[in-house]
Amino acid sequence: MSLYSFGLEPLSCHAWNKDRTQIAISPNSNVVHIYQKQGKEWTKIHELTEHSGRITGIDWAPESNRIVTCASDRNAYVWTLKDGVWKPTLVLVRINRAATCVKWSPLENKFALGSGAKLISVCYFEKENDWWLSKHIKKPINSTVLSLDWHPNNILLAAGSADLNCRIFSAYIKDIEDKPGPTPWGSKMPFGEVLLEYKECGGWVHSVCFSPSGDALAWVSHNSAISVANATQGKEVTQLTTGHLPLLSVLYVSETEVVAAGHDCCPYQFSYKGPGCLEFVKKVDISKQSSKGNMSAMQHFRNLDKKAITEEEETGLGSLHQNSITQLCILEGPKAKVEKFSSVGLDGAMVVWDFKH
Amino acid sequence: MSKNTVSDRFRKVDVDEYDENKFVDEEEGGENQLGPDEAEVDSLIRQGNLMGALQAVLKNPPINTKNQNVKDRAEGLVLKVLSSFKSTDIEKGVQSLDKNGVDLLMKYIYKGFEQPSENNSAVLLQWHEKALSAGGVGCIVRVLTARKTV
Repeated sequence: MSLYSFGLEPLSCHAWNKDRTQIAISPNSNVVHIYQKQGKEWTKIHELTEHSGRITGIDWAPESNRIVTCASDRNAYVWTLKDGVWKPTLVLVRINRAATCVKWSPLENKFALGSGAKLISVCYFEKENDWWLSKHIKKPINSTVLSLDWHPNNILLAAGSADLNCRIFSAYIKDIEDKPGPTPWGSKMPFGEVLLEYKECGGWVHSVCFSPSGDALAWVSHNSAISVANATQGKEVTQLTTGHLPLLSVLYVSETEVVAAGHDCCPYQFSYKGPGCLEFVKKVDISKQSSKGNMSAMQHFRNLDKKAITEEEETGLGSLHQNSITQLCILEGPKAKVEKFSSVGLDGAMVVWDFKH
Repeated sequence: MSKNTVSDRFRKVDVDEYDENKFVDEEEGGENQLGPDEAEVDSLIRQGNLMGALQAVLKNPPINTKNQNVKDRAEGLVLKVLSSFKSTDIEKGVQSLDKNGVDLLMKYIYKGFEQPSENNSAVLLQWHEKALSAGGVGCIVRVLTARKTV
Protein backbone atom coordinates (compact mmCIF):
# COMPACT_ATOMS: atom_id res chain seq x y z
CA MET A 1 0.00 0.00 0.00
CA SER A 2 1.58 3.31 -0.97
CA LEU A 3 0.35 6.83 -1.37
CA TYR A 4 1.65 9.50 -3.73
CA SER A 5 0.33 13.03 -3.66
CA PHE A 6 0.07 14.85 -6.98
CA GLY A 7 -0.66 18.19 -5.37
CA LEU A 8 -3.65 19.83 -3.80
CA GLU A 9 -6.07 19.75 -6.72
CA PRO A 10 -8.58 16.91 -6.90
CA LEU A 11 -7.74 14.26 -9.48
CA SER A 12 -10.72 13.92 -11.81
CA CYS A 13 -9.48 10.79 -13.56
CA HIS A 14 -6.38 8.71 -14.25
CA ALA A 15 -5.10 6.05 -16.65
CA TRP A 16 -1.98 3.86 -16.76
CA ASN A 17 0.18 2.91 -19.71
CA LYS A 18 0.84 -0.74 -20.53
CA ASP A 19 3.80 -1.42 -18.20
CA ARG A 20 2.53 0.95 -15.50
CA THR A 21 5.59 3.19 -15.66
CA GLN A 22 3.57 6.19 -16.74
CA ILE A 23 0.34 7.63 -15.44
CA ALA A 24 -1.92 10.19 -17.12
CA ILE A 25 -3.93 12.33 -14.69
CA SER A 26 -6.01 15.45 -14.81
CA PRO A 27 -5.95 17.80 -11.82
CA ASN A 28 -9.52 19.07 -12.20
CA SER A 29 -8.56 21.29 -15.14
CA ASN A 30 -8.46 21.23 -18.93
CA VAL A 31 -4.95 19.75 -19.01
CA VAL A 32 -3.73 16.16 -18.83
CA HIS A 33 -0.39 15.56 -17.12
CA ILE A 34 1.65 12.46 -17.88
CA TYR A 35 4.08 11.44 -15.15
CA GLN A 36 6.95 8.97 -15.46
CA LYS A 37 7.93 6.78 -12.53
CA GLN A 38 11.48 7.29 -11.38
CA GLY A 39 12.28 5.21 -8.34
CA LYS A 40 9.76 6.27 -5.75
CA GLU A 41 9.02 9.63 -7.31
CA TRP A 42 6.91 10.64 -10.27
CA THR A 43 8.19 13.30 -12.69
CA LYS A 44 6.04 15.11 -15.19
CA ILE A 45 7.12 14.39 -18.75
CA HIS A 46 4.21 15.56 -20.90
CA GLU A 47 1.33 18.02 -20.79
CA LEU A 48 -1.58 17.48 -23.13
CA THR A 49 -3.29 20.82 -23.67
CA GLU A 50 -5.92 20.80 -26.35
CA HIS A 51 -9.17 20.79 -24.46
CA SER A 52 -10.87 24.03 -23.47
CA GLY A 53 -13.11 22.49 -20.83
CA ARG A 54 -12.53 20.45 -17.69
CA ILE A 55 -11.31 16.94 -18.50
CA THR A 56 -13.84 14.35 -17.38
CA GLY A 57 -12.36 11.11 -18.70
CA ILE A 58 -8.99 9.63 -19.74
CA ASP A 59 -8.35 6.13 -21.04
CA TRP A 60 -5.00 4.70 -22.20
CA ALA A 61 -5.10 1.78 -24.61
CA PRO A 62 -2.28 -0.58 -23.54
CA GLU A 63 -1.56 -2.35 -26.86
CA SER A 64 -1.91 0.47 -29.36
CA ASN A 65 -0.55 3.07 -26.92
CA ARG A 66 -3.22 5.65 -27.69
CA ILE A 67 -4.85 7.93 -25.17
CA VAL A 68 -8.43 9.13 -25.52
CA THR A 69 -9.56 12.14 -23.47
CA CYS A 70 -12.95 13.75 -23.16
CA ALA A 71 -13.99 16.99 -21.52
CA SER A 72 -16.87 19.26 -20.71
CA ASP A 73 -16.16 21.19 -23.92
CA ARG A 74 -18.17 18.50 -25.81
CA ASN A 75 -15.03 17.18 -27.50
CA ALA A 76 -12.91 14.06 -27.44
CA TYR A 77 -9.35 13.71 -28.71
CA VAL A 78 -7.35 10.61 -29.53
CA TRP A 79 -3.64 11.16 -28.81
CA THR A 80 -0.84 9.21 -30.50
CA LEU A 81 2.82 9.36 -29.57
CA LYS A 82 4.96 10.57 -32.51
CA ASP A 83 8.66 11.25 -31.98
CA GLY A 84 8.21 11.61 -28.25
CA VAL A 85 5.34 14.12 -28.57
CA TRP A 86 1.65 13.34 -28.08
CA LYS A 87 -0.34 14.54 -31.10
CA PRO A 88 -4.12 15.02 -30.78
CA THR A 89 -6.72 14.02 -33.35
CA LEU A 90 -10.20 15.46 -32.96
CA VAL A 91 -13.04 12.94 -32.88
CA LEU A 92 -16.40 14.07 -34.24
CA VAL A 93 -18.60 12.88 -31.41
CA ARG A 94 -21.49 15.18 -32.36
CA ILE A 95 -22.79 15.85 -28.86
CA ASN A 96 -24.31 19.10 -27.68
CA ARG A 97 -23.56 18.63 -23.99
CA ALA A 98 -20.47 17.80 -21.96
CA ALA A 99 -18.82 14.40 -22.27
CA THR A 100 -18.70 12.55 -18.95
CA CYS A 101 -16.73 9.33 -19.41
CA VAL A 102 -14.75 7.47 -22.04
CA LYS A 103 -13.50 3.87 -22.37
CA TRP A 104 -11.51 2.00 -25.01
CA SER A 105 -12.99 -1.33 -26.02
CA PRO A 106 -10.97 -4.47 -25.14
CA LEU A 107 -9.62 -4.81 -28.71
CA GLU A 108 -8.97 -1.06 -28.89
CA ASN A 109 -10.60 -0.66 -32.28
CA LYS A 110 -13.32 1.61 -30.92
CA PHE A 111 -14.22 3.57 -27.81
CA ALA A 112 -17.43 4.59 -26.11
CA LEU A 113 -18.15 8.09 -24.82
CA GLY A 114 -20.91 8.96 -22.38
CA SER A 115 -22.35 12.46 -22.30
CA GLY A 116 -24.85 14.80 -20.73
CA ALA A 117 -26.69 14.83 -24.06
CA LYS A 118 -28.48 11.64 -22.96
CA LEU A 119 -26.57 9.54 -25.44
CA ILE A 120 -23.54 7.30 -25.86
CA SER A 121 -21.22 7.94 -28.79
CA VAL A 122 -19.43 4.82 -30.04
CA CYS A 123 -16.44 5.98 -32.13
CA TYR A 124 -14.31 4.02 -34.57
CA PHE A 125 -11.58 4.90 -37.06
CA GLU A 126 -12.46 4.97 -40.74
CA LYS A 127 -9.32 4.34 -42.81
CA GLU A 128 -10.62 5.65 -46.13
CA ASN A 129 -11.14 9.18 -44.90
CA ASP A 130 -8.55 8.99 -42.14
CA TRP A 131 -10.87 10.21 -39.42
CA TRP A 132 -12.85 9.01 -36.43
CA LEU A 133 -16.57 8.47 -36.93
CA SER A 134 -19.24 8.04 -34.32
CA LYS A 135 -22.55 6.25 -33.98
CA HIS A 136 -25.06 7.27 -31.33
CA ILE A 137 -27.02 5.16 -28.89
CA LYS A 138 -29.96 7.30 -27.76
CA LYS A 139 -32.99 5.23 -26.87
CA PRO A 140 -34.05 4.70 -24.13
CA ILE A 141 -31.57 6.86 -22.20
CA ASN A 142 -33.35 9.69 -20.39
CA SER A 143 -30.56 11.54 -18.66
CA THR A 144 -26.79 11.98 -18.41
CA VAL A 145 -24.69 8.84 -18.89
CA LEU A 146 -22.41 8.69 -15.86
CA SER A 147 -20.33 5.56 -16.41
CA LEU A 148 -19.43 2.96 -19.04
CA ASP A 149 -17.77 -0.45 -19.15
CA TRP A 150 -17.10 -2.86 -22.01
CA HIS A 151 -17.85 -6.58 -21.97
CA PRO A 152 -14.81 -8.78 -22.81
CA ASN A 153 -16.42 -9.71 -26.15
CA ASN A 154 -15.83 -6.15 -27.42
CA ILE A 155 -19.50 -5.78 -28.38
CA LEU A 156 -21.59 -5.29 -25.28
CA LEU A 157 -21.41 -2.01 -23.39
CA ALA A 158 -22.81 -1.35 -19.92
CA ALA A 159 -23.96 2.17 -19.08
CA GLY A 160 -24.99 3.67 -15.75
CA SER A 161 -27.02 6.81 -15.99
CA ALA A 162 -28.58 9.61 -13.97
CA ASP A 163 -32.08 8.46 -14.92
CA LEU A 164 -31.61 5.83 -12.19
CA ASN A 165 -31.21 3.03 -14.75
CA CYS A 166 -28.43 0.60 -15.50
CA ARG A 167 -28.42 -0.79 -19.03
CA ILE A 168 -26.41 -3.05 -21.30
CA PHE A 169 -26.35 -2.09 -24.98
CA SER A 170 -24.92 -3.69 -28.01
CA ALA A 171 -22.25 -1.52 -29.63
CA TYR A 172 -21.72 -3.80 -32.61
CA ILE A 173 -20.33 -1.85 -35.57
CA LYS A 174 -20.58 -4.00 -38.67
CA ASP A 175 -18.06 -1.95 -40.66
CA ILE A 176 -15.17 -2.93 -38.45
CA GLU A 177 -15.94 -6.26 -36.86
CA ASP A 178 -17.54 -9.65 -37.36
CA LYS A 179 -20.90 -10.64 -36.05
CA PRO A 180 -20.64 -11.67 -32.40
CA GLY A 181 -21.65 -15.09 -31.11
CA PRO A 182 -24.45 -15.41 -28.55
CA THR A 183 -23.71 -14.61 -24.91
CA PRO A 184 -25.68 -15.29 -21.71
CA TRP A 185 -26.99 -11.71 -22.05
CA GLY A 186 -28.66 -12.38 -25.38
CA SER A 187 -28.08 -13.57 -28.94
CA LYS A 188 -29.48 -10.84 -31.17
CA MET A 189 -27.18 -7.85 -30.95
CA PRO A 190 -27.77 -5.18 -33.59
CA PHE A 191 -26.30 -1.79 -32.77
CA GLY A 192 -28.17 -0.06 -29.97
CA GLU A 193 -30.08 -3.16 -28.83
CA VAL A 194 -30.87 -3.13 -25.10
CA LEU A 195 -29.97 -6.45 -23.46
CA LEU A 196 -30.53 -5.40 -19.87
CA GLU A 197 -32.48 -2.48 -18.44
CA TYR A 198 -32.70 -2.31 -14.68
CA LYS A 199 -34.92 0.55 -13.64
CA GLU A 200 -35.04 0.58 -9.87
CA CYS A 201 -31.43 1.34 -9.07
CA GLY A 202 -32.52 3.76 -6.34
CA GLY A 203 -30.13 6.54 -7.25
CA TRP A 204 -27.69 7.79 -9.89
CA VAL A 205 -25.57 4.90 -11.12
CA HIS A 206 -22.03 6.18 -10.59
CA SER A 207 -20.01 3.25 -11.84
CA VAL A 208 -20.49 -0.06 -13.67
CA CYS A 209 -18.10 -2.99 -14.09
CA PHE A 210 -18.37 -6.34 -15.89
CA SER A 211 -16.97 -9.44 -14.19
CA PRO A 212 -13.84 -10.97 -15.83
CA SER A 213 -15.97 -13.52 -17.71
CA GLY A 214 -18.57 -10.91 -18.59
CA ASP A 215 -21.41 -12.98 -17.14
CA ALA A 216 -22.12 -10.61 -14.29
CA LEU A 217 -22.38 -6.83 -14.06
CA ALA A 218 -21.82 -4.88 -10.85
CA TRP A 219 -22.80 -1.28 -10.28
CA VAL A 220 -22.90 1.23 -7.45
CA SER A 221 -25.63 3.79 -7.07
CA HIS A 222 -26.14 6.91 -5.03
CA ASN A 223 -28.49 5.27 -2.53
CA SER A 224 -25.41 3.74 -0.88
CA ALA A 225 -26.02 0.40 -2.52
CA ILE A 226 -24.05 -2.03 -4.64
CA SER A 227 -25.88 -4.34 -7.05
CA VAL A 228 -24.94 -7.27 -9.26
CA ALA A 229 -26.88 -8.62 -12.25
CA ASN A 230 -26.18 -12.23 -13.17
CA ALA A 231 -26.72 -13.22 -16.81
CA THR A 232 -26.50 -16.94 -16.16
CA GLN A 233 -29.32 -16.76 -13.59
CA GLY A 234 -31.93 -15.10 -15.73
CA LYS A 235 -30.37 -11.63 -15.39
CA GLU A 236 -31.41 -11.60 -11.74
CA VAL A 237 -30.30 -8.54 -9.81
CA THR A 238 -29.10 -8.70 -6.21
CA GLN A 239 -28.81 -5.40 -4.35
CA LEU A 240 -26.96 -4.84 -1.09
CA THR A 241 -27.69 -1.61 0.76
CA THR A 242 -24.82 -0.40 2.91
CA GLY A 243 -24.60 1.86 5.92
CA HIS A 244 -21.79 3.88 4.34
CA LEU A 245 -21.83 7.03 2.27
CA PRO A 246 -22.47 6.45 -1.46
CA LEU A 247 -19.82 4.60 -3.44
CA LEU A 248 -18.46 6.20 -6.61
CA SER A 249 -16.38 3.52 -8.28
CA VAL A 250 -16.59 -0.26 -8.52
CA LEU A 251 -14.02 -2.77 -9.77
CA TYR A 252 -14.04 -6.55 -10.15
CA VAL A 253 -10.81 -8.04 -8.79
CA SER A 254 -11.70 -11.70 -9.40
CA GLU A 255 -14.74 -13.60 -10.61
CA THR A 256 -16.41 -13.32 -7.21
CA GLU A 257 -14.74 -10.46 -5.36
CA VAL A 258 -15.61 -6.82 -5.97
CA VAL A 259 -13.95 -3.70 -4.58
CA ALA A 260 -15.83 -0.41 -4.38
CA ALA A 261 -14.89 3.03 -3.01
CA GLY A 262 -16.48 6.43 -2.77
CA HIS A 263 -17.32 9.21 -0.40
CA ASP A 264 -16.17 7.26 2.65
CA CYS A 265 -12.59 7.69 1.39
CA CYS A 266 -11.61 4.03 1.65
CA PRO A 267 -12.21 0.93 -0.52
CA TYR A 268 -14.54 -1.84 0.62
CA GLN A 269 -14.47 -5.45 -0.49
CA PHE A 270 -17.68 -7.28 -1.36
CA SER A 271 -18.24 -10.87 -2.39
CA TYR A 272 -20.82 -12.13 -4.88
CA LYS A 273 -21.37 -15.88 -5.03
CA GLY A 274 -24.74 -16.09 -6.66
CA PRO A 275 -28.21 -14.51 -6.64
CA GLY A 276 -29.04 -13.31 -3.16
CA CYS A 277 -25.44 -13.82 -1.98
CA LEU A 278 -23.91 -10.38 -2.16
CA GLU A 279 -22.18 -9.52 1.08
CA PHE A 280 -19.70 -7.11 2.60
CA VAL A 281 -16.33 -8.68 3.38
CA LYS A 282 -14.07 -6.00 4.81
CA LYS A 283 -12.58 -2.54 4.57
CA VAL A 284 -9.42 -2.53 2.44
CA ASP A 285 -7.52 -0.03 4.56
CA ILE A 286 -5.28 -0.09 7.56
CA SER A 287 -6.56 2.40 10.09
CA LYS A 288 -3.89 4.81 11.08
CA GLN A 289 -2.58 4.15 14.57
CA SER A 290 -2.88 7.53 16.19
CA SER A 291 0.35 8.15 18.01
CA LYS A 292 -0.59 9.50 21.37
CA GLY A 293 2.91 10.28 22.44
CA ASN A 294 3.80 12.10 25.61
CA MET A 295 2.80 15.70 25.31
CA SER A 296 5.03 18.30 26.84
CA ALA A 297 3.54 20.52 29.51
CA MET A 298 3.91 23.47 27.12
CA GLN A 299 1.80 21.72 24.45
CA HIS A 300 -0.76 20.69 27.00
CA PHE A 301 -1.38 24.26 28.10
CA ARG A 302 -1.23 25.54 24.54
CA ASN A 303 -3.98 23.13 23.57
CA LEU A 304 -5.99 24.15 26.59
CA ASP A 305 -5.58 27.81 25.75
CA LYS A 306 -6.26 27.65 22.02
CA LYS A 307 -8.75 24.84 21.69
CA ALA A 308 -10.00 24.28 25.24
CA ILE A 309 -9.18 20.59 25.05
CA THR A 310 -6.77 18.51 27.06
CA GLU A 311 -6.04 15.71 24.60
CA GLU A 312 -4.33 15.72 21.26
CA GLU A 313 -6.95 15.81 18.60
CA GLU A 314 -6.71 13.97 15.29
CA THR A 315 -7.83 16.32 12.56
CA GLY A 316 -7.17 13.96 9.67
CA LEU A 317 -9.34 11.04 8.63
CA GLY A 318 -8.35 7.55 9.69
CA SER A 319 -8.11 6.38 6.08
CA LEU A 320 -5.23 6.86 3.63
CA HIS A 321 -7.24 9.10 1.34
CA GLN A 322 -8.34 12.31 2.98
CA ASN A 323 -11.23 12.94 0.65
CA SER A 324 -13.63 10.99 -1.57
CA ILE A 325 -12.18 8.41 -3.93
CA THR A 326 -13.36 9.11 -7.48
CA GLN A 327 -11.88 6.29 -9.55
CA LEU A 328 -10.43 2.80 -9.16
CA CYS A 329 -8.19 1.19 -11.77
CA ILE A 330 -6.55 -2.23 -12.14
CA LEU A 331 -2.80 -1.91 -11.76
CA GLU A 332 -1.29 -5.37 -11.71
CA GLY A 333 -2.60 -8.78 -12.57
CA PRO A 334 -5.11 -10.05 -15.09
CA LYS A 335 -8.76 -9.10 -14.67
CA ALA A 336 -9.53 -12.45 -13.11
CA LYS A 337 -6.87 -12.17 -10.43
CA VAL A 338 -5.99 -8.57 -9.70
CA GLU A 339 -2.94 -8.20 -7.47
CA LYS A 340 -2.87 -4.42 -7.18
CA PHE A 341 -5.27 -1.63 -7.94
CA SER A 342 -4.97 2.15 -7.79
CA SER A 343 -7.32 4.83 -6.55
CA VAL A 344 -7.40 8.58 -7.05
CA GLY A 345 -9.43 11.04 -5.07
CA LEU A 346 -10.47 14.59 -4.44
CA ASP A 347 -7.48 15.00 -2.11
CA GLY A 348 -5.05 14.90 -5.07
CA ALA A 349 -3.52 11.62 -3.95
CA MET A 350 -3.04 8.35 -5.81
CA VAL A 351 -2.88 5.22 -3.67
CA VAL A 352 -1.76 1.76 -4.77
CA TRP A 353 -3.55 -1.03 -2.90
CA ASP A 354 -2.50 -4.68 -2.65
CA PHE A 355 -5.18 -7.29 -2.90
CA LYS A 356 -4.78 -10.74 -1.41
CA HIS A 357 -7.04 -13.44 -2.81
CA MET B 1 -35.12 48.29 -33.47
CA SER B 2 -35.30 49.02 -29.79
CA LYS B 3 -39.01 48.16 -29.76
CA ASN B 4 -38.21 44.63 -30.91
CA THR B 5 -35.88 43.93 -28.03
CA VAL B 6 -37.95 45.50 -25.24
CA SER B 7 -40.32 42.64 -24.46
CA ASP B 8 -39.01 39.81 -22.30
CA ARG B 9 -42.14 37.65 -22.46
CA PHE B 10 -40.11 34.98 -24.21
CA ARG B 11 -38.32 34.34 -20.93
CA LYS B 12 -41.56 33.08 -19.37
CA VAL B 13 -42.18 30.42 -22.01
CA ASP B 14 -41.79 26.88 -20.68
CA VAL B 15 -39.52 25.37 -23.34
CA ASP B 16 -39.77 21.89 -21.87
CA GLU B 17 -43.42 21.72 -22.89
CA TYR B 18 -42.38 21.89 -26.55
CA ASP B 19 -39.68 19.25 -26.27
CA GLU B 20 -40.70 16.16 -28.26
CA ASN B 21 -38.45 13.88 -26.28
CA LYS B 22 -39.72 15.06 -22.95
CA PHE B 23 -39.54 12.34 -20.34
CA VAL B 24 -42.83 11.60 -18.62
CA ASP B 25 -42.55 9.86 -15.31
CA GLU B 26 -44.44 6.60 -15.16
CA GLU B 27 -47.52 6.85 -12.99
CA GLU B 28 -47.67 3.78 -10.83
CA GLY B 29 -51.08 2.96 -9.46
CA GLY B 30 -50.62 2.64 -5.73
CA GLU B 31 -54.27 3.04 -4.88
CA ASN B 32 -54.46 -0.24 -3.03
CA GLN B 33 -51.85 0.77 -0.49
CA LEU B 34 -53.76 1.79 2.58
CA GLY B 35 -51.03 2.16 5.14
CA PRO B 36 -50.70 0.25 8.39
CA ASP B 37 -53.81 -1.21 9.96
CA GLU B 38 -55.00 1.28 12.57
CA ALA B 39 -57.15 -1.16 14.56
CA GLU B 40 -54.40 -3.75 14.81
CA VAL B 41 -51.81 -1.21 15.91
CA ASP B 42 -54.12 0.39 18.49
CA SER B 43 -54.99 -2.93 20.06
CA LEU B 44 -51.33 -3.91 20.29
CA ILE B 45 -50.49 -0.61 22.01
CA ARG B 46 -53.32 -1.10 24.49
CA GLN B 47 -52.11 -4.60 25.25
CA GLY B 48 -48.68 -3.17 26.00
CA ASN B 49 -47.08 -5.19 23.19
CA LEU B 50 -44.97 -2.31 21.88
CA MET B 51 -42.58 -4.49 19.83
CA GLY B 52 -45.54 -6.00 18.03
CA ALA B 53 -47.05 -2.56 17.52
CA LEU B 54 -43.78 -1.37 15.95
CA GLN B 55 -43.71 -4.31 13.52
CA ALA B 56 -47.37 -3.79 12.68
CA VAL B 57 -47.11 -0.07 12.06
CA LEU B 58 -44.21 -0.57 9.64
CA LYS B 59 -46.31 -2.85 7.44
CA ASN B 60 -47.92 -1.63 4.22
CA PRO B 61 -46.14 1.70 3.98
CA PRO B 62 -48.07 4.15 1.72
CA ILE B 63 -45.10 4.67 -0.59
CA ASN B 64 -46.69 4.51 -4.04
CA THR B 65 -49.99 6.19 -3.31
CA LYS B 66 -50.70 9.80 -4.15
CA ASN B 67 -53.38 10.07 -1.51
CA GLN B 68 -52.03 12.56 1.02
CA ASN B 69 -54.59 11.52 3.70
CA VAL B 70 -53.35 7.96 3.72
CA LYS B 71 -49.80 9.21 4.14
CA ASP B 72 -50.74 11.58 6.97
CA ARG B 73 -52.71 8.91 8.78
CA ALA B 74 -49.79 6.47 8.53
CA GLU B 75 -47.36 9.08 9.85
CA GLY B 76 -49.65 9.90 12.78
CA LEU B 77 -49.94 6.23 13.65
CA VAL B 78 -46.19 5.73 13.54
CA LEU B 79 -45.63 8.73 15.80
CA LYS B 80 -48.14 7.32 18.26
CA VAL B 81 -46.24 4.05 18.46
CA LEU B 82 -42.84 5.74 18.71
CA SER B 83 -44.01 8.04 21.53
CA SER B 84 -45.44 5.15 23.54
CA PHE B 85 -42.02 3.45 23.82
CA LYS B 86 -40.00 3.94 26.99
CA SER B 87 -36.61 5.60 26.33
CA THR B 88 -34.74 2.51 27.46
CA ASP B 89 -36.68 0.24 25.14
CA ILE B 90 -36.02 2.23 21.99
CA GLU B 91 -32.74 0.46 21.27
CA LYS B 92 -34.35 -2.96 21.59
CA GLY B 93 -37.11 -1.82 19.30
CA VAL B 94 -34.63 -0.82 16.62
CA GLN B 95 -32.69 -4.10 16.99
CA SER B 96 -35.85 -6.06 16.31
CA LEU B 97 -36.10 -4.56 12.83
CA ASP B 98 -34.39 -5.86 9.71
CA LYS B 99 -32.45 -3.68 7.24
CA ASN B 100 -35.51 -2.60 5.28
CA GLY B 101 -37.37 -1.94 8.51
CA VAL B 102 -34.67 0.42 9.71
CA ASP B 103 -34.70 2.25 6.34
CA LEU B 104 -38.49 2.59 6.54
CA LEU B 105 -38.34 3.77 10.15
CA MET B 106 -35.80 6.43 9.16
CA LYS B 107 -38.15 7.62 6.40
CA TYR B 108 -40.97 8.04 8.91
CA ILE B 109 -38.62 9.81 11.36
CA TYR B 110 -37.61 12.38 8.76
CA LYS B 111 -41.24 12.81 7.75
CA GLY B 112 -41.93 13.55 11.39
CA PHE B 113 -39.11 16.11 11.46
CA GLU B 114 -40.94 18.02 8.73
CA GLN B 115 -43.71 18.85 11.19
CA PRO B 116 -41.98 19.52 14.49
CA SER B 117 -44.14 19.93 17.54
CA GLU B 118 -43.69 20.03 21.30
CA ASN B 119 -44.36 16.35 21.84
CA ASN B 120 -42.66 14.58 19.01
CA SER B 121 -39.28 16.27 18.49
CA ALA B 122 -37.51 14.80 21.50
CA VAL B 123 -38.92 11.34 20.88
CA LEU B 124 -37.99 11.47 17.20
CA LEU B 125 -34.44 12.53 18.02
CA GLN B 126 -33.99 9.61 20.39
CA TRP B 127 -35.29 7.19 17.76
CA HIS B 128 -33.08 8.89 15.15
CA GLU B 129 -29.97 8.30 17.24
CA LYS B 130 -30.69 4.59 17.66
CA ALA B 131 -31.74 4.09 14.06
CA LEU B 132 -28.55 5.84 12.90
CA SER B 133 -26.33 3.50 14.88
CA ALA B 134 -28.18 0.54 13.38
CA GLY B 135 -28.45 1.74 9.79
CA GLY B 136 -25.44 3.99 9.40
CA VAL B 137 -25.32 7.13 7.25
CA GLY B 138 -26.31 4.99 4.24
CA CYS B 139 -29.76 4.73 5.80
CA ILE B 140 -30.12 8.53 5.79
CA VAL B 141 -28.76 8.72 2.22
CA ARG B 142 -31.54 6.35 1.17
CA VAL B 143 -34.15 8.64 2.75
CA LEU B 144 -32.77 11.51 0.68
CA THR B 145 -32.49 9.62 -2.62
CA ALA B 146 -35.81 7.77 -2.46
CA ARG B 147 -38.09 9.09 -5.19
CA LYS B 148 -41.23 7.66 -3.67
CA THR B 149 -41.35 8.01 0.09
CA VAL B 150 -43.89 7.75 2.91
